[in-house]
Amino acid sequence: MRDERKYWLDDRRNVTKVVWGLVALCALLFVADAFYDKHPHFIAETYFGFFGLFGFVVCVGLVLAAKAMRIVIKRGEDYYDD
Amino acid sequence: MTTNPALILIFGALPIPLLQGRLRTAYLLALPLVGLGYAFALEPGLHWQVDFMGYGLELLRVDRLSRVFSYIFFFAAFLGNLYALNDNDPVQQVAAQVYAGSAIGAVFAGDLITLFVFWELTAVSSVFLIWARGTERAYRAGMRFLIIQVGSGVLLLAGLILNVRDTGSIAFDLLGVTSPGTALIFIAFGIKCAFPFLHNWLQDAYPEATVSGTVILSVFTTKLAVYALARGYAGTEMLIWIGATMTAFPIFYAVIENDLRRVLSYSLNNQLGFMVVGIGIGTEMSVNGTVAHAFTHILYKALLFMSMGAVLFRTGTIKGSELGGLYKSMPLTATFCIVGAASISAFPLFSGFISKALIITAAANEGYWLIWAVLLFASAGVFHHSGIKIPFFAFFAHDSGKRVQEAPWNMLLAMGIAAALCIGIGVWPGPLYAILPFPVDFQPYTSAHVINQLQLLFFSALAFTWLMRTGLYPPEMRSTNLDSDVVYRKLLPWLVRRFLAVFGPVDRAARRLATESVERLIAVVFRRTGPKSVLARTVAVGGMVLWVIVLLGVYLLLNFT
Repeated sequence: MRDERKYWLDDRRNVTKVVWGLVALCALLFVADAFYDKHPHFIAETYFGFFGLFGFVVCVGLVLAAKAMRIVIKRGEDYYDD
Repeated sequence: MTTNPALILIFGALPIPLLQGRLRTAYLLALPLVGLGYAFALEPGLHWQVDFMGYGLELLRVDRLSRVFSYIFFFAAFLGNLYALNDNDPVQQVAAQVYAGSAIGAVFAGDLITLFVFWELTAVSSVFLIWARGTERAYRAGMRFLIIQVGSGVLLLAGLILNVRDTGSIAFDLLGVTSPGTALIFIAFGIKCAFPFLHNWLQDAYPEATVSGTVILSVFTTKLAVYALARGYAGTEMLIWIGATMTAFPIFYAVIENDLRRVLSYSLNNQLGFMVVGIGIGTEMSVNGTVAHAFTHILYKALLFMSMGAVLFRTGTIKGSELGGLYKSMPLTATFCIVGAASISAFPLFSGFISKALIITAAANEGYWLIWAVLLFASAGVFHHSGIKIPFFAFFAHDSGKRVQEAPWNMLLAMGIAAALCIGIGVWPGPLYAILPFPVDFQPYTSAHVINQLQLLFFSALAFTWLMRTGLYPPEMRSTNLDSDVVYRKLLPWLVRRFLAVFGPVDRAARRLATESVERLIAVVFRRTGPKSVLARTVAVGGMVLWVIVLLGVYLLLNFT
């Protein structure tokens, strides 16, 4: 089944728009930290924008660590097929 | 006496092969709903006692904990049957009813013997959902799965026997790890709950099952274990650390795994971790959180497996490296998948948000700062691989050029119902909170909680985007990643081969020595007693007569002297 239709996301420029939308949303959420009452259990929660920064840092760390794990644990797809 | 509603599914499975066409369809959809209605009508209490070899078996214990699990199990069985309709394989249909029924039977079991029987029945019935795939790979994976699952049952039996010797009781109530018997039962539950290092049967077997088989498997075995731990080991502090480990380590594997159903199996493992932490904390709030999370998790995890099953069904592959761009031809499946992804990621207004919040808040209330941080990390991580990676690599990413049909109507309907419930529970958590084991005094939608969660999730999405755009993100690759199953799939066979290589020659030499000695002995005996030996020699008659004469002569001589 051939499908020649063009979709909105097929245009790279539109993907970039989505990315900038995400960046704007993150900026908004970061600033929002100034406008609500915190009920922290731990001191870290009182740091400005803690949850956002924590999320960003651990995700980058997670992906880079997993990528490094490949060096040790990656095998061929048919590793167990013998 | 009231009958255990599990029997509706177990015995109800028997006539399935005899029914045909629409009648079978109607029967398969009605059966779990009848069971669900029956479970709703049950009053709390002990309803069915049987004497068995001097032990009082409790075949139907209804309380708030067993009830909520039975509801979701029955409903998941209904969704599974609906999803599997187009497959129309009587073997799987029978296996699925017996499997779901035995899980429900185990949940209603008031004693350890009844629990053991249903526990083993889930193992034996569920393996057919893997074998039904019909490949050599699935056969082997199913065999490994079966050995480990039955092994868990054997440990349960051993623990039960030791426990009866210690306490004289077979009751299944709060046990705690207090004796060798209860420790064995704990390990038996731990295997089924996929504790670290005991977990790998899950990621090994689930992705090898059939399209609908994986959906059904994802519901029962592990959540039965969660139920059993919540019943027997609530407040066991060890579980907090075990659970936290479970939330964290599978997500590293999920990031680099290529088989998208295996990615979901790793995230299933991670979600179990949250539930186990809740059990370990053991407060009313945390146990409520565990039960609520099991409930919502069954729905969104089944939904995610259903969407990936539909992709596998239509495209014939589920490898991230070969998929992409499917939102163009499977827009509804993609939408339902995103709802499941948002739910598992605990986006506000989706079901995971209102259940996971209970567990994380309970951990914070008890002052476990490290556990709290690990759970937060795991929350970001689960969004990363289940929330983004699954929909992104299947439905978006680079267009694989695959143009397929949308999923069949029954799959879409099953996904639609699950998605509606994911949103419904997220928006309106009251009814779920009302059926939890303990009274709930918790408001998930506070501005702090909503904003914090959105910050965590959107910044995680930002991290993913940044890594993708800069090319740092590890590409999807056809590969196998070593996990703990390497111990029994490679290391042990290798050790056995090494052992044989070293001790084989020694063994052969010893045997040769032994056979040679025996042969030599036989040769010696043969020389003495064989046909040509001294003892067997034949002597001529004349010689004999001569010797008789000599003998008589000597006798005569002696007589006269």
